[in-house]
Amino acid sequence: MNPGRLWAMARKEAIQLRRDPRSLGMAFLLPAALLLFFGYAISYDVNNIEMAVLDESNSERSRGLIHAFESSGYFDIVEYPARYEDVDELLQRAKVLAVLVIPPSFDRDLAAGRDAPVQLLLDGSDANSATIAQNYAAAIMIRYSSDVLLRGRRFVLPAQAETRVWYNETLESRNMIVPGLVAVIMSIIAAMLTALTIAREWERGTMEQLAATPVHRLEVVIGKLVPYVGIGLFDVALAIVAGLLIFGVPLRGNILLLTGLTLLFLIGALSFGMFISAAVKSQVLASQIAIQTTYLPAILLSGFMFSISTMPIALQVVTYAVPARYYVSVTKGIFLKGVGPEVLWVQGLAMIIFATVGLTLAIRSFRKELE
Amino acid sequence: MAEAVQVSQLTRRFGDFTAVDRVSFDVHEGEIFGFLGPNGAGKTTTIKMLTGLLRPTSGDARVAGFDVLKQIDKVKRSIGYMSQLFSLYPDLTVLENIQLFAGLYGVEGDRLDRRKDWVLEMARLDEYQDRLTGELPLGHKQRLALGCAVLHEPLVLFLDEPTSGVDPISRRNFWDLIYGFAEDGTTVFVSTHYMEEAEYCHRIAVMNRGSIIALDQPGSLKDAIREPILEVTTADAPRVVEVLRDAPGVLEVTMFGRAVHAMVEDQAVAERQIPEILAAAGYSFESIRPIEPSLEDVFVSFVHRSGGTVAG
Repeated sequence: MNPGRLWAMARKEAIQLRRDPRSLGMAFLLPAALLLFFGYAISYDVNNIEMAVLDESNSERSRGLIHAFESSGYFDIVEYPARYEDVDELLQRAKVLAVLVIPPSFDRDLAAGRDAPVQLLLDGSDANSATIAQNYAAAIMIRYSSDVLLRGRRFVLPAQAETRVWYNETLESRNMIVPGLVAVIMSIIAAMLTALTIAREWERGTMEQLAATPVHRLEVVIGKLVPYVGIGLFDVALAIVAGLLIFGVPLRGNILLLTGLTLLFLIGALSFGMFISAAVKSQVLASQIAIQTTYLPAILLSGFMFSISTMPIALQVVTYAVPARYYVSVTKGIFLKGVGPEVLWVQGLAMIIFATVGLTLAIRSFRKELE
Repeated sequence: MAEAVQVSQLTRRFGDFTAVDRVSFDVHEGEIFGFLGPNGAGKTTTIKMLTGLLRPTSGDARVAGFDVLKQIDKVKRSIGYMSQLFSLYPDLTVLENIQLFAGLYGVEGDRLDRRKDWVLEMARLDEYQDRLTGELPLGHKQRLALGCAVLHEPLVLFLDEPTSGVDPISRRNFWDLIYGFAEDGTTVFVSTHYMEEAEYCHRIAVMNRGSIIALDQPGSLKDAIREPILEVTTADAPRVVEVLRDAPGVLEVTMFGRAVHAMVEDQAVAERQIPEILAAAGYSFESIRPIEPSLEDVFVSFVHRSGGTVAG
């Protein structure tokens, strides 16, 4: 390998990149847009559940119950329907997720010490949110009931779980999503960026002049890789800064370790894109293959959206072949848990294998001979 | 005299199609060697095999003393190549293209400065150095491609139809540059389908349908034509060609604009017969006269002699 030739390739590729608005957009705007879009759009948290209340009791006690719902912070009472018939429409038009119906007998029954049932209607078409709303409502009802029963006296259960949530104390899904998102975005962008680079040379005919020079294919592949690795590192840095400043995600681990593992991941992912590019020699086809092979696996099989441990065994096995899986573990581990090499060496090893295989494929599939 | 290129039984097949069929020839050091023939004759395929871009199916070739199969890296360092289609980077400036190819050929430091200046001056691109290459006129692009091919002062320069598509004056200027390289000792291997360009070469190989059908100095090739050639000037050239093709005593007919060249068995007989045949077919003509063979006629004659038809 000759450093002069490698440098000449890298420099040329960087100049071409700088002059190509399409590549620049893909390198800088797309990751920023994806980060903002996913960062804001994806949330598993259920707060401010929109709720309607039909208070047929209209008493001090019923207003107390409504207040308990309001002050919990989980429910937002947006509608007060006048009649029971209106409730149907509110749910059908999805104006509210839940409806609390307090019957006229509520105040009388409580005063008399009888069972005083209320009705909670939930929109089950969003099963996930409905389940969470149901749990919140049940907790509020238990609290309200115990206040009624004990009238302010302290009430202690003999055996209780003292729950502490580690790593993401407030259980905010954003803390979990943003670090994983960095990994997913880089998986998608990296292969797309390089998928064009070798195919473009074949399509434009510039490969012929390049192939007639003494440049070695190793120098072509690595030289082309250099500017893209720079862009990839810049994107990751941008995503980290955005995660810290915009989304308030904690970064607890070592940033150098994160950089090192990111570098390995980028080499693998960028080489993979170049391999596709060299193998199919068509920009359109290569970028389509790059999206197909990275987008869905990175989102669905990396552990970013769905927990791998709850997948069917066959699918779990497949995830071992998805490089994003390891990188998602790395970003989550370093951001949230602050773990170091003692835990992440497995992922590190996987990244080294990925980078080696990617580079080998890219170099091998690159032919300097014409057909 | 040492041989810059030695080719022996070189063959390339694409599936069932034999693009180059057992071709053998030598190119002497320092000469301008022309490759003449129509499109599809196998010129480009041969050049691609000699520059390491295409693997021969069989046969051997040595370029600048190195084997194109076993020492391809050494071959590539010793040669310059300018492809048929412009293939420098259109989104790099003139200077950036020069710097790129200098880097790839290991031209560095003082030598880079010297060669860069020399190329800019030779190609008359001094004032264009910061222009994007894609925006230059074709003639400028071709001079830049030539410049990039000679940055590293190669022993053998391969030019594959370097002047296709440019105007005659640019073509003439380009040939002045080629002469300059040859005078400096560079061996120039150039293919063309412009017959008049072949006259500028020291020796030419005439190629048709994958084979070399003649190889000599342009003058000797013309002298070797034994058959007389008659030129018929007529407004009906295309139809006159059709009529004469089947006429007795006419070996080959070729059209050159308003003129029709007929290669005939016997000049006197043909000069008498052709006007009769044309009159019978109802076509008029302006003149009929014997001419000195041009390289086009040489080409037609050799194709005829090799028993073939013209490819393309």
